[in-house]
Amino acid sequence: MSVAQEVYSQLAVHNSKDLLRFITCGNVDDGKSTLIGRLLLEAGAIYDDQIAALQNDSNKYGTTGGRIDTALLLDGLEDERQQGITIDVAYRYFTTQRRKFILADSPGHEQFTRNMATAASNADVAIVLIDVTKGVSVQTRRHAYIATLLGVKQIVLAVNKMDLVQYQSDVFQRIVDEFRQFATALGRVDAYAIPLSALEGDNVTVLSGNMPWYQGETLLGYLDNVRIEDRLRHASLRFPIQRVSRPDANFRGFSGTICSGQLQCGDEVVVLPARSKARIKSIVTMDGELNRAETHDAITVTLDRELNLARGDMLVPGDAEPRITTEFQATVVWMSEQPLVIEKRYWLKHTTRKTPCEIKTLHHRTDVNSLARLSAPVLRLNEIGFCTLQTTEPVVCDDYQTNRTTGSFILVDRITHETVAAGLIASSAEESQPGYWSSASALTHAKRQQSLVRMEDREAQYGQKPGTILITGLSCSGKTTVALQLEKKLFEAGKIVVVLDGQWLRMGISRDLAFSAEERSENLRRGAEIAKMLNDSGQICIAAFVAPSAWVRQKTRELIGRDRFLHIHLSTHVEVCRQRDSTGQYQAADRGEIQNFPGVTYSYEAPDDADLYFDTSLQSPEAIAEEVYQRLVTKWF
Amino acid sequence: MQASPHLKRLEAESIFILREVASEFENPVLLYSIGKDSSVILHLARKAFFPAKPPFPLLHIDSTWEFRDMIEFRERYARQELGLNVIAYHNEDGVRDGINPFDHGASYTDIMRTQPLKRALTHFGFDAAIGGGRRDEEKSRAKERIFSFRDRNHRWDPRNQRPELWSLYNTWKATGESIRVFPISNWTELDVWQYILQERIPIVPLYFAKERPVVRRGNDLIVVDDERMRLEQHEKPVNMKVRFRTLGCYPVTGATESEAETIEDIVHEMLTTRSSERQGRAVDREEAAAMERKKKDGYF
Repeated sequence: MSVAQEVYSQLAVHNSKDLLRFITCGNVDDGKSTLIGRLLLEAGAIYDDQIAALQNDSNKYGTTGGRIDTALLLDGLEDERQQGITIDVAYRYFTTQRRKFILADSPGHEQFTRNMATAASNADVAIVLIDVTKGVSVQTRRHAYIATLLGVKQIVLAVNKMDLVQYQSDVFQRIVDEFRQFATALGRVDAYAIPLSALEGDNVTVLSGNMPWYQGETLLGYLDNVRIEDRLRHASLRFPIQRVSRPDANFRGFSGTICSGQLQCGDEVVVLPARSKARIKSIVTMDGELNRAETHDAITVTLDRELNLARGDMLVPGDAEPRITTEFQATVVWMSEQPLVIEKRYWLKHTTRKTPCEIKTLHHRTDVNSLARLSAPVLRLNEIGFCTLQTTEPVVCDDYQTNRTTGSFILVDRITHETVAAGLIASSAEESQPGYWSSASALTHAKRQQSLVRMEDREAQYGQKPGTILITGLSCSGKTTVALQLEKKLFEAGKIVVVLDGQWLRMGISRDLAFSAEERSENLRRGAEIAKMLNDSGQICIAAFVAPSAWVRQKTRELIGRDRFLHIHLSTHVEVCRQRDSTGQYQAADRGEIQNFPGVTYSYEAPDDADLYFDTSLQSPEAIAEEVYQRLVTKWF
Repeated sequence: MQASPHLKRLEAESIFILREVASEFENPVLLYSIGKDSSVILHLARKAFFPAKPPFPLLHIDSTWEFRDMIEFRERYARQELGLNVIAYHNEDGVRDGINPFDHGASYTDIMRTQPLKRALTHFGFDAAIGGGRRDEEKSRAKERIFSFRDRNHRWDPRNQRPELWSLYNTWKATGESIRVFPISNWTELDVWQYILQERIPIVPLYFAKERPVVRRGNDLIVVDDERMRLEQHEKPVNMKVRFRTLGCYPVTGATESEAETIEDIVHEMLTTRSSERQGRAVDREEAAAMERKKKDGYF
């Protein structure tokens, strides 16, 4: 066989290889660098002169007493090598007979959530390293959580240092069970556990004789064989225009990379956000025109009619359009030393589009260790939160779990130009549900006995139909004053009525709550539960709450029942409320002493579905109470 | 030959990056070193903007100690055949002062490459410079971003790099600051050669083995490319069949003995080699940290 023939036959093998991107997460102490170094070494990715340099480095910096310290292959930058810590994401490349691999090696320390998210953003598989002598640690949970959050569907649980526990299967099994129990909280993820010793080379590329009880894949075997489904290929077409090509008056092409789906000459497409329609006339490349192009292809298309398109526009099929919106919810990974500032203007980059944006509401923060949702006034470096964002220009997007490309964005500081955050757009199903509205009761055999008194009998005896009047508005908008006027009016008319005030609840039943979105929601939920009980007993309830979230007001209405519910909104202007404020709350909010204060440091989602609207700077509380009373007479009495 | 799906992905990624540069910067430039990586990037740029020409000039920082074949190739292929705007720039002061790799060792690279590069970027006001760096070349490059931010003095700060997620590149910068862009970051040396073969990309003949006059210095085989080569008394050039895996200034670039006369031969060699491409660069071998220090100072 000639050299050329031999090359082509070898290349035929190379050409059939697919590409797998994976990340490794773990601590220096877990032996991560040692493991990856060994993987690279045994996979033949290290050249002889590099091995010589490694031997040289091992003598100089190594921790293995002159033996080759494979960990030193990984630590790239001078500073960190001297510290013996990996502090950034490093990329490695190697190939086997079956695949080409891109490995993003990401650090395991708490302060480096941002690097791990960076590495995971393009990965298909995550290797989560566990030190068998330590078990499932807080870090293990964090790594698994961040990997799955960023869309990694396959996790390899590499249980390392098996040599230190005499290769016992029960120790391994215990750790695997513990991890699986935790992993169920992460949603759809495949976990594959491998017992190994990076130092001794057990089960890294060769099945170990020390653990005959383990008959699964070696680490490299797993990476070679794991099936990776490229879901984007089966998704709908998304083609964001990256550049308009006009070399001369006759040619007008639109260049870009197909994010998902495919495209064919003659296809009808819709251009978003303008919604104009056109057909694909040609697909132009330097290698000649194509009839069709696939996901990930970088192409230039021409259309069958003149349309004024620009960078940032997106071609999609008419029957499967993405969302076009200026407001959406997203999980945000904060990456800057400067904390998030609500309502500050940031740049947002999404596909090939840039727009100013602001974060309107920070609903909660997720503790990456416990996965608990916590209330948070701000997000700091390496924290993950759930937010509502508002953009100046519309964004054409899908949710992240459906499409990693059209569902992701970054936020950039307008002054420092630092990348401050990475965002993952939420689907409507994941949208924020602060508080415990959807939580199940802890009771397992709950059964409620029926009252012996029928509702009709109560209504007849009290001479009223029960219901709840929810009065909402900013602090000092006059809610309680109106509520008390209305109570007086109802009482004088012989009705049985109770006033529930958000502030009063906070003095007792909600004494444990502060003012995050989560806790505001919970305060109103408790109020709503009480109102429902009062209504069930035949009494009328007037509930005065700030209730800044539309979603929470909606849940309140559902909990109490639509036909028993009347929503009064006081739209008194914030400046009027401020002037009225005799207790100095607004000033305290300005100074940052009170956090998440609606109208100052927290957005108020004004309702468009209230039953009645009033402005207490235009009408007296008595007059408002009278109007509400008249409405109740026609509606309920 | 059937196109490789792996190369197709790499090609598409690189084209996306090149188009981002052209769309997001006022005055980008392609740093053209005439080597194989530059040749691949140039080819990718032609593809990215077809049917238009690449919308940026090529800048060659000429150390004045290049192989003659490289300059010849630059003029014949890039300038004449492709009709591109090629800017050749060198350090006049360095030439006047007689700076050379024989007498000035480590400072030579700084004076004849790094300094004129920085000066040219400032002089022409380039705000993005596209380079051929690959992460598999060397350890400190393994952590390099695809869009690598440089301050007003063209310095790279490894502790202050922007996180890079998905393919959302942060291209914001203030006036005077610049960004170095590495579109083939994710390519390996083998990928480069496989692509050159697949696409039939023209490259400098120095990559092919040929009888060349050689002197041996330590482990390095140095080709005597012109009469400026300073020979020790005992040194006598002998003809050997050699080729280069990387190209640089001829007096400090080591050749390897090879029989590879075609691209197929080179790929064959690549598939079986046991040494890294930078083995031939005397400048890199001193110590692993050398490269990192040079990068901080603004070397590519």
